[in-house]
Amino acid sequence: MALLKLVPDNTNIKFLRWQWPTTIISLALMIGSFVLMFTNGLNFGVDFVGGEMIRVTFTQSKEAPVPALRTEIEHLGYGEPIIQTFGAPNAISVRMRLPEGAERAEGAAEAMTKRISETIKAAHSDARIDGVDSVSGKVSGELGWTAFKALGFACIAISIFIWFRFEWQFGVGAMISLVHDVVLTLGLFALTQMEFDLTIVAAVLTVIGYSLNDTIVVYDRIRENLKKYRKMPMEELLDLSVNETLHRTVMTSVTILIALFALLLLGPKVIFGFSAALILGLFVATYSSIYAAAPMLIWLNVSSKSFVPVESEMDRQERLARERG
Amino acid sequence: MLDFPRWKQAWYWFLTAVACLAALPSIFSIAGAPWPTTLPHPVISLGLDLAGGSHILLEASPDQVVRQRLEGMEENVRAKLRSAPRPIQIGDISSKDGSLTFMVVNPGDVDAMRELILPLTSGAGLTGQRDWDIQVVDGTRFVLTPTKEGIDQAVSNAMDTATEVVRKRIDALGTREPTIIRQGAQRIVVQVPGLKDPAALKALLGQTAKLEFKLVDTSALPSDLAQGIAPPGSEIVPYAEGGSMIAVKRLGGIKGDSLTDARAGNNSQTNENIVSITFDQQGGEKFAKLTSENVHKPFAIILDGKVLSAPNINEPILGGQAQISGSFTAQSANQLAIALRSGALPVDLKVIEERSVGPDLGADSIRKGMIAMIVGTVAIIVLIAASYGRLGIYADIALVINVLMILGIMAVVGASLTLPGIAGFVLTIGAAVDANVLINERIREERRRGRRIVQAIEMGYKEASRTIFDANITHVIAATMMFAFGSGPIKGFAVVLMIGIVTSVFTAVFLTRMWVALWLRKARPADIHL
Repeated sequence: MALLKLVPDNTNIKFLRWQWPTTIISLALMIGSFVLMFTNGLNFGVDFVGGEMIRVTFTQSKEAPVPALRTEIEHLGYGEPIIQTFGAPNAISVRMRLPEGAERAEGAAEAMTKRISETIKAAHSDARIDGVDSVSGKVSGELGWTAFKALGFACIAISIFIWFRFEWQFGVGAMISLVHDVVLTLGLFALTQMEFDLTIVAAVLTVIGYSLNDTIVVYDRIRENLKKYRKMPMEELLDLSVNETLHRTVMTSVTILIALFALLLLGPKVIFGFSAALILGLFVATYSSIYAAAPMLIWLNVSSKSFVPVESEMDRQERLARERG
Repeated sequence: MLDFPRWKQAWYWFLTAVACLAALPSIFSIAGAPWPTTLPHPVISLGLDLAGGSHILLEASPDQVVRQRLEGMEENVRAKLRSAPRPIQIGDISSKDGSLTFMVVNPGDVDAMRELILPLTSGAGLTGQRDWDIQVVDGTRFVLTPTKEGIDQAVSNAMDTATEVVRKRIDALGTREPTIIRQGAQRIVVQVPGLKDPAALKALLGQTAKLEFKLVDTSALPSDLAQGIAPPGSEIVPYAEGGSMIAVKRLGGIKGDSLTDARAGNNSQTNENIVSITFDQQGGEKFAKLTSENVHKPFAIILDGKVLSAPNINEPILGGQAQISGSFTAQSANQLAIALRSGALPVDLKVIEERSVGPDLGADSIRKGMIAMIVGTVAIIVLIAASYGRLGIYADIALVINVLMILGIMAVVGASLTLPGIAGFVLTIGAAVDANVLINERIREERRRGRRIVQAIEMGYKEASRTIFDANITHVIAATMMFAFGSGPIKGFAVVLMIGIVTSVFTAVFLTRMWVALWLRKARPADIHL
């Protein structure tokens, strides 16, 4: 039985031929992401802006009475709620931010949550409250700062690690491709206006891990080839390295994507956004490990001279055997 | 490569067996099958987002503690003056801007006054700082300010008591295994699994239950009351039902913290819901004294700064028992009884964060999470077997063992599985095969370069191991950050990732290597289908 090959053997795709167009695209996408983040903004969940999110199932109804709920809740005077169906047509989430000026008020989120859930229960006898998230302005501020710290420290710690394990150019390259991945993932969130909450930060941190995983595998191969083929032009060498690791890159991305799509499509709806963030981030990360991380090394002037040649014991024995004939 | 000593084999198998066995009770429990209780049964605990339950973060405000300290100090100063060997006259006593100030009428008494109140302060903290700062300004004006150390210590004491009170109240609800932890200087985290009605819990925790009996100041003019002006020595307190106000004497009342019991009941005459309270010895005596001295005068029953009722004292109440009425419902009377029994909270606690998940949503999350995990795993197993043949099947077996090991380790160390944790599982399954992909791809390459089988496999494992190590470190760093900064559910995700990284290196690298070595030695294949 022939084995399945997602990518044929001995590919020789000239990835680096496309380095300028892809660089321009990457830059454009990054700028676009920044613009989106400032114009559209991220659709922050209650974790970061404070407020409430109540999940309700209408046990006796086929469909949730969304328009009625919208009017009932708007009447409370907190503003316009965000009501989305959630898993089934009779299950919804009602999200309401703290009104302007109430961010610092103690107990504001708690009081608002109480009033909204009581209103829903009073108006709809079959409403079953499945979940409540209520976050005061104080806590949301702390959560935001914590998330920022976690992302910042992760980036710094990983860069330091790569700097130790590789030459500095690799560290810079990895760092830039990492920033690229994070910015694009955030940009996608600004574009789609999916809710951005604490779990998404965890997803972004995970994407950072994977992005670097891919980058490290490619870099590892580049480093090995730089020692092996000392006369090969840099572009050719990068192409060779990317091609050699291409099957692994595709294979691993596919297995992780299989797992994640199973989670996205079959898994609990509560973590839909989380799964979506991981999938988006993974696509971006795979792309960047080929198109951002590798070309960066050319611009950072990495060459065979950056390394002392090292011959592995096995290679040495084989060479000696060849020389002896 | 082929050399794989027996002790090493035995050791690998032992580790595998132990971890997998540890996973069995959890699997039985998730599948709903009974596990014999005579055997050890470490079962993986479910986080609140899966089991259903409430996570509530309570916060106290230090301002209130400061205010109470000022009030307490004022009472203490007055008490000292009453029992002073030689009368000292003071005036213009007031507390503002966080200090208690008063004037000594006779400047010659300043030193005596200082001597008198010095014992009221004490050392606070380790630095030898006192808890109050006493200053005399303009010759005769005393300014008593609680020091930062004093406030910190008072807040800390108040929070210790508050934590105990919260624990008693939750226990009174009869919930199982609540977690109540003090967090930082001013916060308490309450986690109650499997809770049906989080609103009732919050109402109970939000009630300070500070009960006071104070004499009504009948001298207050209704016009002054309406404007919020209290006669000297009195304060204005609103009725709980809203609307009107009443003036009560600030000092000389009784606090309801000396109760031995409180029960909800029903007054058979008026058919009202009431709460009967029983004072302890000392409280009963004080109550008897207050009621004896003020027969036919009204006194106010004040709960958390609001007047429940202000009945006339018809006769001295000597038995140490009293009834409180105040338009209760059966539920609110019961709640107040619980709150009074567990004692008043020394500070108001505000709910600043709540995360509640109903049991239905939690059960749904587990079911769907399991389905996603099984479907994902099966798809990956098929893909890997189809891509790498025999070596792929080894990788697949390693993958299943990996899942069992993660479950087993989590059950033994007592890490709880959260919803993001399930996602972590799914992700780990997808990522664990990365190591095998790296190894097998490398073996393929080495074969293409013309290396012999054994050498190719040896080279594959050796070269890939370095990459696997480097790549996994980045995951460890990301997961550590999540663990350090994340909240409960995200910590659960990070834990699964971290355990998964360790076990996946063991299963995907060490175990498969052993299997491949044993196979090579036994079968001595001429070629490897890869």
